[in-house]
Amino acid sequence: MELIFFYLIAIVAVASGFLVIRCQSPVNSALGLVNTFFCLAIFYVMLHAPFMAAIQIMVYAGAIMVLIIFVIMLLNLGTEARKRYTTGVVWSAIASLLVLFNVMYFIKRGRVTGAEGDITSYTVESVGHVELIGKALFTEYLLPFEIASILLLVAIVGAVVLAKKEV
Amino acid sequence: MENLVQIALQNVNMAAILPSLVLTCFGMGLLLINVFLPRGTTRHAVWISVIGLVVTGFFVYTGWGNPQYGFNDAVANDNYTAFFSVIFLFAAGLTILMSDDYLTREGYPVSEYYPLILFATAGAMWMASGTDMLTIFLGLEVMSIALYVLAGFFRGQLRSNEAGLKYFLLGAFSTGFLLYGIALIYGVTGSTKLTEIGIYLNAHGSLLENPMTLAGLVLLSTGFLFKIAAAPFHMWTPDVYEGAPTPVTAFMSAGPKAAAFAAFLRIMEYCFFSLKPEWTAMLWVIAVLTMVIGNVIAIQQTNLKRMLAYSSIAHAGYALVGLVAANEIGYSGILFYMLAYTFMNIGAFAVLVLAGKKGEDNLTLEGFSGFGLKRPFLGVAMTVFLFSLMGLPPTAGFAGKFYIFAGAVKAGYIWLAVIGVLNSAVSLYYYLRIMVYMYFRDAEEDYAWVSLPAAAVISIVIALIGVFYLGIIPGDVMEMAKMAIF
Amino acid sequence: MITVYHYMTVAAILFAMGTYGVLTRRNAIVIFMCIELMLNSVNLTFIALSSHLQNMDGQVFVLFVMAVAAAEAGVGLALMIAFYRNRDSIDVDDINLMKL
Repeated sequence: MELIFFYLIAIVAVASGFLVIRCQSPVNSALGLVNTFFCLAIFYVMLHAPFMAAIQIMVYAGAIMVLIIFVIMLLNLGTEARKRYTTGVVWSAIASLLVLFNVMYFIKRGRVTGAEGDITSYTVESVGHVELIGKALFTEYLLPFEIASILLLVAIVGAVVLAKKEV
Repeated sequence: MENLVQIALQNVNMAAILPSLVLTCFGMGLLLINVFLPRGTTRHAVWISVIGLVVTGFFVYTGWGNPQYGFNDAVANDNYTAFFSVIFLFAAGLTILMSDDYLTREGYPVSEYYPLILFATAGAMWMASGTDMLTIFLGLEVMSIALYVLAGFFRGQLRSNEAGLKYFLLGAFSTGFLLYGIALIYGVTGSTKLTEIGIYLNAHGSLLENPMTLAGLVLLSTGFLFKIAAAPFHMWTPDVYEGAPTPVTAFMSAGPKAAAFAAFLRIMEYCFFSLKPEWTAMLWVIAVLTMVIGNVIAIQQTNLKRMLAYSSIAHAGYALVGLVAANEIGYSGILFYMLAYTFMNIGAFAVLVLAGKKGEDNLTLEGFSGFGLKRPFLGVAMTVFLFSLMGLPPTAGFAGKFYIFAGAVKAGYIWLAVIGVLNSAVSLYYYLRIMVYMYFRDAEEDYAWVSLPAAAVISIVIALIGVFYLGIIPGDVMEMAKMAIF
Repeated sequence: MITVYHYMTVAAILFAMGTYGVLTRRNAIVIFMCIELMLNSVNLTFIALSSHLQNMDGQVFVLFVMAVAAAEAGVGLALMIAFYRNRDSIDVDDINLMKL
């Protein structure tokens, strides 16, 4: 039952991903992308990561997509002119297929290391996912957390510098 | 709760991040002070940020020979970090000194430029000091995002917009590859800490046994080679370097490139030391490709910035030779070469900054005719930097190339060293052509617009001193480079 | 039984599709969306591995990838607006993305 559900979501995710790369209109692409984000959020729930699912929807579908759609509307973008099938397209198709087959082959042949940690799905349910992530962030990953704040500061300053008419 | 605070404080070791901490504090302070500084000039911001760099340099100096680790093994402030930090600080300092009059001339005296360079430098320092994939990745992003903004800094200039947008799109694209590589490595080894990955891979057999490692290694290297601008991932370099403001180009070609090398070298040495035969074989091909493509296409260029962009690709190739050699001389050669390259390349760009006029239409070879005779100081400085870029003694470029190729020969890659030397010979052609135009063509103009602002002259003089010091007495710095590697 | 390889396969397909999109599309915003698709496939890989390996590292990594994606979105869209102001287009053919 779970497997059928998985395949269903996977097909929807890949189909919406296909929409992103094929749609002529940027707005349709954006909607396809939102759909993919939701499918991935469902995957995260299935993987016992409910907090990540919530963040996925809030940050990606909520913030980033709204920003993208806002810019699409602001720039009043119409449909993209139809792409000529130049050699460039063929080469990129070959390149991405190469990436796909390589990675698939290696995933099929390779193997991930066995279960090592102590965060089982049971722990996640009993302790709470948010608490686990928070603990990790403020103890083990304290420095990256602080660097992320600088990262956001740089992004804010940069966006203001670039977009403001008169600084 | 008490317990949690205790755990958190145990891991905190401020000494491990002291230099970058000081630098970011200066960056943030400068952002605040900018509000009160007079508009229309950036002179105050220049001196504040130079003071910041000097103070940071002092803390880097005190950290030498006194390795500090902290934050649950996320960061290491060892000699290796210190050496690379010095490179970044010089790159940032020389860039900042030459920027002041340039920004005013081009009509963008915006003080936010300087904090962005300081943050980019701090990001580079986190890349060099990171011993966790997460720290390296975040450092890379802090640096890259600051650079996207700096490349597109001239909002009203289409070329700058294009450079920023292109750099952003391809940079984010390469980040995707880098992350996927990290994800696969995480899957194979179950950790993102460099040492743990290395221990696991050392204990668990070869690539053939678990091909997912190979996929991860290739994707990870792709991400870094994009940042280093090695062929065949160099497509973005010429356009971005040409379109970005010239001081930013100077910074990008030295600091961030060295940062990418720092992180790449540390990851290769910490994580994949057990797979050395495999990745040296892969990098052998890339090093040769990079040198050949960079030099051959540079020959056809008439735009000086574009020519220096291709030559910077070629120089990345020379540095990759040191990585292929994978021995003590090779690695320390990379450190030495990156420092030498910082001086000579930023120096050359500083001359270009001064030689240009508003709108930068003077950057072609033709526009350089007779420049050396009309402006003797800049002409001589440019000649020295070009000699160094060619790799002729007694300049830094010669010493750097000598160490790197010596490392390659010692590791048995004689052909690689031969290809490298041949490539240097090819590069003579286009560097000498600049000098021919500078000295043996009649001047069509009198270069009256060229002024010599004090800050930019200081920058050129520091670069000259660096080039000669590293060229004439390379022994001391080379000893330090040897102490800096693992 | 769903294994980690199922998730990784979906992620690999999405990643390859994102790569294809980046290389073929011409609209800078769509290219950016394709990059987001790639980053999301990486996130899926990380979370699948994290839950398989039963440690938290992967999920924390995803949190930071999201922060980075948000920062990149801010700066990238600002760059696009600046470009559009001067050019009235965000077609990357106008940028000559792959010019030698």
